[in-house]
Formats: sequence, C-alpha cells, structure tokens
Amino acid sequence: MKRTPTHGSKYRNVSPPKPNPRWGREEETEIFAQQVKRFRQGKLSEDDFRRFRLQHGAYGSRLQLNYSMVRIKIPSGEINPEQLEKIANLSESFSIGSAHVSTRQNIQLHWVQLEDVSEVMRGLVEVGLTTREACGNTVRNVMCSHYAGVCPDEAFDATPYSKAIARFFIRNPMCQNLPRKFKINFACCKDHGLVRIADIGLIPMIRDERRGFRIYLGGGLGAASFIGHPLEDFTSEERVLPTCMAAVRLFDRHGNRENMARNRMRYLVHEMGWEKFQKMVLKERSIVEMTTAVSTARLFEVKGLEGFNQPIETKFSHSLTKLPVINDHVTPESTKYERWLRTNVVPQKQAGYFTIFVTLEAGDITANQLRTLSGAIRELSIEGVARNTPQQNFAIRYVKGEDLQEFHDRLMSIGLGSSGALTITSAVGCSGTTSCNLAITNSHRLAKEVQRKFLEMGYDTDEELRDSTIKVSGCPNSCGQHEIATIGFFGGASRIGDAMAPTYTMLFGGSAGEHGELGKAIMRVPARKVIDTIKEIIKIYKNEKHDGQTLSQWINRIVKGEGTRQIRNVEDMKRLLLGITHLPPIEKEPESYKDYGNDVKFTAKTARGECAA
Amino acid sequence: MCRLIVHMKNTYNSNSENQKKEFESNTVNPNDYELPVICDVDILRTLIRKNAARIVDVRKEEEYREGHIPTAVSLPLAQLLSKDSPEGVIDILENIGVSDKLPVIVYDDTFGALGARVAWTFQYVGHTNTSLLEVTFSRWKDLGLEIEKQANKYPKTTHHISINQGIYADASYVEGAKESDNKVLVDSRERLNFLSEHIPGAKNIPYTMLGSDGNILRKPSEIKRFIENRGLSPESEYITYCGSVGTLSGLTYYALKLAGIKNVKLYAKSFREWKSMGKPKEEFKDANYWDLSAE
Repeated sequence: MKRTPTHGSKYRNVSPPKPNPRWGREEETEIFAQQVKRFRQGKLSEDDFRRFRLQHGAYGSRLQLNYSMVRIKIPSGEINPEQLEKIANLSESFSIGSAHVSTRQNIQLHWVQLEDVSEVMRGLVEVGLTTREACGNTVRNVMCSHYAGVCPDEAFDATPYSKAIARFFIRNPMCQNLPRKFKINFACCKDHGLVRIADIGLIPMIRDERRGFRIYLGGGLGAASFIGHPLEDFTSEERVLPTCMAAVRLFDRHGNRENMARNRMRYLVHEMGWEKFQKMVLKERSIVEMTTAVSTARLFEVKGLEGFNQPIETKFSHSLTKLPVINDHVTPESTKYERWLRTNVVPQKQAGYFTIFVTLEAGDITANQLRTLSGAIRELSIEGVARNTPQQNFAIRYVKGEDLQEFHDRLMSIGLGSSGALTITSAVGCSGTTSCNLAITNSHRLAKEVQRKFLEMGYDTDEELRDSTIKVSGCPNSCGQHEIATIGFFGGASRIGDAMAPTYTMLFGGSAGEHGELGKAIMRVPARKVIDTIKEIIKIYKNEKHDGQTLSQWINRIVKGEGTRQIRNVEDMKRLLLGITHLPPIEKEPESYKDYGNDVKFTAKTARGECAA
Repeated sequence: MCRLIVHMKNTYNSNSENQKKEFESNTVNPNDYELPVICDVDILRTLIRKNAARIVDVRKEEEYREGHIPTAVSLPLAQLLSKDSPEGVIDILENIGVSDKLPVIVYDDTFGALGARVAWTFQYVGHTNTSLLEVTFSRWKDLGLEIEKQANKYPKTTHHISINQGIYADASYVEGAKESDNKVLVDSRERLNFLSEHIPGAKNIPYTMLGSDGNILRKPSEIKRFIENRGLSPESEYITYCGSVGTLSGLTYYALKLAGIKNVKLYAKSFREWKSMGKPKEEFKDANYWDLSAE
C-alpha cells in the first residue's frame, strides 16, 4: 500500500503512520465475478451462492436480491485518506453517491448491483481494503475503541493487538464455517468500547508491569441480549491469541447449528451456564497452547502494527488539555464554532493534541464530503488517518489546537460542521427499511429526524443531556444498538382495528463500557411520536431532577425503582407518557399510520434475514 | 511537458495507433481523416495544427468567450435543442462551416454528457465523421494545453442530409424492443432514480460508472467488462435512455460504441416523454432508499 502522502501537509517533518496491512486480495474479486455469472446461469444454487456472497461481504438488499449492500471492513476503524477517496469514487460509480458508517466500524455501500460487486471489490483491493468475512458466519470486523492510543485512561494502545487479531482470523480456515457470526471488540479503557456486548471483549491492562487484557466472553445484542462474562482477572498479552482461539474453537464445536435464532455464542454460554463454559475455555486454551505450532502462533504479530509513532512528549497533564478558545459552557446562541468545539472536540493524552468528531447523520456521507474530509485529514491530522466510530461518525485525531478552526471551516464548507457529535443529539440509526430485509420501520430516517430536531432545539449545548444517548433499530435485532442507549428504540408494528401503524418499543437505561447494562423495555411509542416523547421525557426530567443529576443518571435511578418525587419507577413514567404515546384510530390521525419517508399506508414487510444465512 | 503528459496516459485507440501515425506523418489528407469514436488529445492537437477539423464547444456562450480550445466554434446545447429538427441541425452545421466529410470534434465541461448529445445529433443527421473529445475543457486546461479567447467564424458550407435511422429510437420503437430477446434497454440515470421508476425491462448502467479520473470515459476494456458482468452480449442491440433530453444516455451511447458494440440507439426523448405518454413503468416502493443519501 502506498503510504499516506505527507506532501501538502504543514507537518512535513513528522513520519506518517505505519500503513495498514493489505487486507484485500485481487484474486477474490475475479472469483466473485465468476460466481455471480455461474449463479445467474443456474450453475450455482441460491443457498450456495448466498453463503459465498456473504463470506465476501455482500448482503442482499431489502426485497431486491439483485442488489447488494457491500460491507467494507475497516479493522480497528482505521482508514487513510486514499482509502476514503476510493470509497468516494466507488460510491459514485456503483452505489448511490453516499457511503454509510455502520455501528461496527464498517463502511457500507448500498444498492450496488450484484453484477458490479466485483468491481467495487476490485477498487477496494487497490487501496488495501477488503469485504472478506464482513458478513456471514465468520469473525466479523474486529473493532477497537477510536480513542485507543490517545485515551488518557488507557493502559496502553490496544490498536496493534486488535489489528493482529483481525489479521490472524481473516481467511483462517478455523473460522470459515462457524455456527454463526463472531464479534471481537477491543476497548481502550473501561469506559470506551463495546466489550460487554461482543463474543469477545478485551480491555487493556497492566499488571506487574506486564501488558495484558481483561477479557469478557459471551456478550452480544440481538433479539435476546446478554452482557459478557469476565473470563479471569487478567490475561497476559501472550495468552490473548490462545484465549481467542479457544473461544472460537469451542463455539465451532458446541455452537448450535440447528436453530438459527439461537446460535450465537452467547446462547451457548447461557444454556451451558457461565461457570461450565469458563472452565471449558480455560481448558481449551491449555490445549491450544500445547498444540499450536510456533509458526501459527507467529502469525499473531503485534510488532509492526504499532500505530502512529508521534515524536511529542506524551505525558498527560490535565492542565494542558483544556480546549483552546472556549469556556466550558455554550448556549444555543454561541457561535457554531464554539458549539462545535464544546461538543465535537476532546483533548488527547498527548498535550496540545485534540480528537475531532465529524457529525454525520445516521452515518451517511456523500462522495464529495469524503473527498474534502480526506484532504483535511491529510493536511491537518498529524496521524494522517481517520477512525470511524460506533456512533456512526468519524474521529480525526492528532489535530493541533491552532488548526481546530481551520478544520471546522473545512467541515462547514461541505455541510459537516454540525455540533453535537458527543451529545444526545447524535442519534444512531441502523439502515432500517432503507435497505435491510429484516427491518420493519425506517429507523435510519428517524435517527436523522431526531438529530436535526434536537440540534435545532440546542440540546447539544445542554450539559445535563450531554452524556445521554439515543439509538434506534428498525427491528429487534439491535444493529442500531438500542439496548445500550440511555433511551433506545426498536421498530415494530401495532395493529389498531384494521390498520397497522409503525411503532417503536422504547427502552431506558442502557449503557456501554465495562460496567455497561442493557436497557429495559418501557412501552411502545408510535413512530411519528418518538421525537415528542423524548422531548416530554426531557421536560419531566427538568422538573424532577435534583442534586445535579444528568438525564442518564436520572433515568438509571428510575429503571432501578429508585426515583424520587413524582416518578419513582418505570410504572410512574409510563403513566405520565400515556397521553403523548397514545395512538388514536386511523380516521382520527392518518399521519400516524405512515412511516417516515412514505406517503402511503404502512405495512410491515420483511423478508429472510441474511445475517443468519 | 504537455505532450509528455498526454503520451503517458492510456490512449483509447491503441488499435488505431498505425492510422494515427500515418495521419501525423502527413500521408493522409486531413480532410479525409476518419475519426475514432472518441478523439484523444493528440489527434485533436494535430488536427488543430493542420486546421483540418471543426471543433465544437457546447458550453454556455459566456464560458466560450472566457477561453476555449483553439479554432473552436460555440454551439451551446440549448441552441441545438431549440432547432432539434434534422433540417435545423443541418442548418447549424452549414453555419459553422462543416461540409460532409470534415472531422468534427465536440467537447463540453459536463463530464461529456452535453457534448455527447450534440455529437450524436450530428451523426444522426448524417455527419458520421463526428467524435467526442476524450477530456472535458477543465481537464484540457489542467493539462496546460492551448486556449484562445477570440470568437471563431467560418464560411458557410453546404451539407447533405442523410438521416441515420440506425442510431435513433422513439417511444414506439422502445416499446417494441421489449418483445425481442436481442435488444437491451439501458437506463443511464443514477441508481436511486432507476430504483424509483424505470421503463419495464431496462438494465441500469448509471452514467456515473462510465467516467474515470480525468477522462469522460473509462478504458474500453473496463466498459466491456461491465457489460459482460451483466451477462449481456456485445452482439445485441442496445437502446439507451435517461431522464430528460438524452444527454446522460448520449454519453452511454458513446461508452457502448467505444466498448465495440456495433448496434446502439439513443432514445433521445427519454423517460420524460415516456412518462408524459402514460406508458407503463416499473416501480420499487418496498424500501426507503432515498433516506440513505446524505445529499
């Protein structure tokens, strides 16, 4: 791969980051094109072709199998400007002119004609990217906290480990036909990262001056969700690979291959009981350690994948990490730049450097925006790469204080200068009925509507709302990660008389991180009333809160039945919201029977989910 | 330096290299020079030097006045469309001094689409020796090639009319094409427009697939591959259409020609006419794909 060009950068004397491994392989694009032809000629059965297609990262589009969603894996979320520009070109040529950042650090191109998927893959290989094993029953994209390497609270940078694990498992024969998909997430610290909702979650730790991780197993979101269990106190770095291999091998041997609805590893753990599973993993790990060839173990090579080797003093000092220019509080009347500084920029542990978050709407970004963003990354980030985030935004790190204004100006010029990326306004939405077979509602559009409305209302400037999150899925399957939101929603349908209305089940009190908890289902809310319902909750909170409680703290107390004053528990809350969430008959309120983006009456149409194929 | 750049990039017409050499070494009468489907920058510069072609700039007149390719005349697309009868087009050709065989090269600054519509029209009324320039005006400028500002005028000529029905399709022809296995209807609009509604049976090859860095069209081998990927035969007849007046589909017309497809027709009045005539459409309403666009 070409190195990230530094010409044009003001920081010529700084060495560019080590290039990502080349993930893509050219021969796979040829094979894909061949297989599409064989499938069209009837020489390959639909089932065999689907398996093959998913293994290579092409998902069937909603009720239109002639089109694919091409899921580009971005291991650790790290992507360079050249790769972003290539994705821009490919989205224009073969997709819809926009790309979509997923909640698992993939970038997706939607509505690509099946016959063009190989062309997209061809372009991706040119810049080192791949779609291999982005879907299907394999080890999916390996995630890593976008703060890894710059987080003030991290023990060490987990990124090289995350990349090494990704490199070890991709195309590895041991995970080409698992009972179901398998997800691995790395955190930087206990707060950042989705370690409790993955099959394997790892948090870097240092014990007796030795590097290692705390590893969680058997978590995951879905129709039935579980929080991962800690395997042991501390797993030293040399045992990371054997531990991951042991979990994958056990899952491969014991996972349920019959019942698609219950075949993730978390069900195996649940059915077997954690203690038993834990013992099996530890035993399996010993076997792995005794039987793995040295040459195999060497494939897990962390050295050489170390990230940006920046030359600056990295001693963390709180006094030096205040944002420039700005005080701690902004109001809706503050300038756009001030609002953005407060809600989209955080200091790094490297004094004088900042991480910028680019606010997208439900992860969507146009080709032209990607191009301008690439230029800004090249010239204004010393690290010279971007990381995409599970909040469906981009994080650009290593920006100097004096360049923040310039960065914001460039974002403004392409309509990406909105504030609120790190606040309640940055709603997450899966693709929903815009492209997914399983979706019941247009969660994608709803997330955009929430974000637009809340930014307009200035919620991003409200410190009490800052640590709350809103996440929306179009069905119970949790791609929108609604179960780890302060206020989450998943789509469904409600029948009133003869009519169907799009509705969401609202959940309270979910959170991510090492102490993350799953949200509790509260009540159904008609799709068209979701925004008003959240506004009402915030209004009630403003009346009820005390002792400087934030919205999320207040909601967590209510979920535990420990609220105060008028609202002690969930039942009290429900009672107060009954009015606003009421769904009158279709004659009285025809609008409530249409989903966002539709001018016709709602029907709940779904087709076979390919996730499970 | 400029020539160096030009030589370094891939030329479209490697098979016509000999013809080109012959031409440049003066053994061919320039007025008889038969243009390839797409004219590369080298050929055009030679033709300019020999004053042996008419170059047609289809951008707005103001843009032409600010600078254009040397010897070019101005013919904004709107002007041509306002006289879009065969007689009207012949009139235009005569007024810009084009006789029956003179090489005509058309360029624009709209990724080739406007130029394509004009070039196709010339070919339709009988001026077969018409070609599209491989680059847009902006690219020509970026390559550092010559530009002049003076407005050019040439003595009026006479031009015969000879309608080339083989490259033309109207609504009833398109309707009839459905019945034939050997005719491929190509919708050139972007994916989301196509998904929303299109002529039944049409295949989507969005115009956005056709261009490449700097050139209005990709290499013929790439366009061929796109066709092959779709399981389509180059031996079939292709009819291209787009949303309104045949510009995007004009570009597709030239892309298919460049890929070596012999029989290509343009349904110039395109989907706008088709809809206004109340003809059948295929629609896809089961997904909210428009909401995925960040536009």
